[in-house]
Amino acid sequence: MSVSYLEAIREAQAHLLREDKRVFIYGQDISGNFGGAFKATKGLAAEFPGRVLNTPISEDAMVGTAIGAALEGMRPIVEMQFADFSSIALNQILNNAGTQYWRTNIPCPITVRLPSGGTKGSGPFHSQSMEGIYAHYPGLIVMTPATVEDAYTMLIDAVAIDDPVIYCEHKYLYYHLKADELPKNRLPIGQARVVRPGRDLSIVTYSVMVHEALAAAEELRADGFEVDVVDLRTVKPLDTDTVLASVARTGRLLCVGESFPWGGVTAEVIARVATEGFHLLDAAPARLNAKDTPIPYHPNLWSEHRPNENSIAKKARQILAE
Amino acid sequence: MLQTAGRKGTSTPGKAAPHKRYLEAFRWMLQTRIFEEKLTSLYRGGLITGGVYVGRGQEAVSAACGMFLKKGDVFAPLIRDQAGRAAFGEPLLDVARTYLGSRQGPMRGRDGNIHRGRPRAGQLAMISHLGAMIPVVVGTLLAKRMKGEKDFVGLTTIGEGGMQTGATHEGMNIAAVEGVPFVLVATNNHYAYSTPNDREFVCADLVDRAPAYGYEGRSLDGTDLSECLDVIGGAVERARAGGPPQLVVASTLRLAGHGEHDDASYVAAEIKGEDFARDSLQRAEEFIKEEGLADADTLAQWRADATAQVNEAVSTAQEEAAPDGNEEDWSAISTRTLTDRIS
Ligand SMILES: Cc1ncc(C[n+]2csc(CCOP(=O)(O)OP(=O)(O)O)c2C)c(N)n1
Repeated sequence: MSVSYLEAIREAQAHLLREDKRVFIYGQDISGNFGGAFKATKGLAAEFPGRVLNTPISEDAMVGTAIGAALEGMRPIVEMQFADFSSIALNQILNNAGTQYWRTNIPCPITVRLPSGGTKGSGPFHSQSMEGIYAHYPGLIVMTPATVEDAYTMLIDAVAIDDPVIYCEHKYLYYHLKADELPKNRLPIGQARVVRPGRDLSIVTYSVMVHEALAAAEELRADGFEVDVVDLRTVKPLDTDTVLASVARTGRLLCVGESFPWGGVTAEVIARVATEGFHLLDAAPARLNAKDTPIPYHPNLWSEHRPNENSIAKKARQILAE
Repeated sequence: MLQTAGRKGTSTPGKAAPHKRYLEAFRWMLQTRIFEEKLTSLYRGGLITGGVYVGRGQEAVSAACGMFLKKGDVFAPLIRDQAGRAAFGEPLLDVARTYLGSRQGPMRGRDGNIHRGRPRAGQLAMISHLGAMIPVVVGTLLAKRMKGEKDFVGLTTIGEGGMQTGATHEGMNIAAVEGVPFVLVATNNHYAYSTPNDREFVCADLVDRAPAYGYEGRSLDGTDLSECLDVIGGAVERARAGGPPQLVVASTLRLAGHGEHDDASYVAAEIKGEDFARDSLQRAEEFIKEEGLADADTLAQWRADATAQVNEAVSTAQEEAAPDGNEEDWSAISTRTLTDRIS
C-alpha cells in the first residue's frame, strides 16, 4: 500500500475529525460526494455528518466565521480552494486572527489550508505561494510541508496548536509524492530537517523546492560535490539553529524558494545567516526564487519562471566556484 | 414592482424580439457551441494545457449581453461568455491563440483560456477572483463621465456563486453610489462548481437584492433567447439612457462540467428535468424551424460557416510559435527604467 501527499492530508483530517469533536472543516465544494476541488476531503462529509461544510464563495467571511468558532472553543480547518484566493481573506487572517491573542489574551486556534504553488498551465491566479506574506505578519504560524510524512503529522499538529496556522500544501506534490505508509513518528514543529548531509554547500529550502534541490544535489554529486539540503518545514518559526549548523559544516549557502523574489523566506534566511553566522561563510550567500512577474500560464514560460533542478545546480556551481 | 417583473419568464420565444436580431444571436450561439466543442476535443487530446471552461446552456444570456454593447462601451465577460465576447467583437483568433498559448495572442502565453481581453477595445481581462471586475467596470464608467464621453454603458456578468463575494457587494454598491450606467447580468446556473444553491444564498431569487442596492432588477428564463434579448436589451438601454444600475438574473443549468476536467456527477438528476435545464441553443433552433425564420439549408450553411471559421482560427493558432522563456521580457511593469534589478 502507498499513500500520496494528498491522501495524507485527507487522512490527517479524517483522524482529526474522529479524535476531536471540536474539529470541523469549512470551505468551498468540500462537502457531498465531491470532496473538494482536489479531493482532500473526499468521503469525509458522509463519515462526519454536519462537520464538513460547504460555504458560499466568501473567503473573508469563511475565515471570520472560523475565528468566531475558534473563540467559542472549536478547532476549525478552513480549506481555501486555491492559496491565491486567500488574498481575499487577508483582512480576517492578518488583522483578526493574527492580533487576537496579543490583544485579548485569548488564543485563536484556526487552521487555514492553502493549496499552493505552481503546476503546469495554471496561470497567474491558481499558482501562488503566499507563505512570505503570512510569515511577515505577527501572530501566525506558517507551515510548508515537503513530504508525505510532514503533510500528515504537521496538519495534525496545526490543529492542536492554540494559535492560527497557515498550512501551505503544495499542489505539485499532491499526486506524485508517495510514501509506503502513514508515519508513526513526528518531528516537532519548529524544527527543520537535514534531508541530506553534505560538506561543500548548504541548500536551504522548503516545500516543493526540497525535491528540486535534492535532484540538483544528486547532479552535483557527479561532479564530486556533497550538498547539504535543509528542509525548513515551517517557515515561521524559522529554525535558524539548524540552518546555521548546516552553514557551519559547508561555509556556503544557497537559499531556494518558489515564491516571488522580493523579500520573503529566502531573504529572511540569508539575513539571519549574514547577521548571526557571517564568520561561517566562505562565499557570499545567494538565493534563488521565481521571477519578479506574475506566474505565467504557458508551460514554456512557467518552467523558466520558477527555480528548478537545472537552475539550482547552475547557481550552486557558481557559489562553489567562488 | 419592477424588481419582480418577468420573474417567472413566461414569454414565448420570439414574440418580442425582431427576427433579424434573434437570428444574429442564434448564429453567435451556434458558433460558440461549435468552438467550445472544438476546444473540448483539443483539451481531451492533450493539446490544451490547463483547463477549458465552456458556457454550454448559457449561450443565449451571453450572446444577448454582447449584442447590445457597441464601440465605446465596456464589457467585462467572465467564464461562460464566449458568445457575448464574440458578439461584442472579440476575434475568434484571440480565443484560439489564448487557449493554445500562441505568443501572438492578446495574452502572449502569459495568461490562458478565459483569462483574456483587450482593455483598449473595451473588453476587460478577467482575473479569477470572482466579483473583482465589478468595481473595475465602475471605474471605467466614472472615467468616461469625467472625460465627457456620452452614450456609454458598462456590463459585466457573474454567476450566482460569484454574487456571494464581498467584492460583488462592494462593487454593486459603489456603482449605485457613483450613479454610473452599469448593468450586472447574473446567471444562476444552479451550481457554483459542485455547490448547489442552498449553500450559496437563501433569498427566494437573487433579483430580490436589486432594490436594496438601488438597482432596477429583472429576472428571466435564460434558456429563452427571445426573453434574454428583450430583458438584457432593455436593461442596457435603460442604463445607457441614465437610469439606475440594472441587475438582471437569468436562470439556467450549467450543461457541462465546471471545467472540462469535471464530470459534474454531483448534479442532481431531478434538476435536469426543470425548465431552466433546457438547452437554449436547441430551443432557439426549434423555434427558428417552427416559425420558418430560416430553412434547413440556411441552417446547415450557418453551421458549416461557423465550423469553417472555428477550424481556421484553431489551425492558424496551432501553426504559430509558442512563447520562449529565453526571449521573454521578464518585467511586470511598463516603466522599464524602474524595473527592479532583483533576480
Ligand atoms: C474569490 C474566488 N474564490 C474561489 C474561486 C474558485 N472558483 C472558480 S469558479 C467557482 C464557481 C463559480 O460559480 P458561479 O459564480 O456560480 O459561476 P459558474 O461557474 O456557475 O458559471 C469557484 C469557486 C474564485 N474564482 N474566486
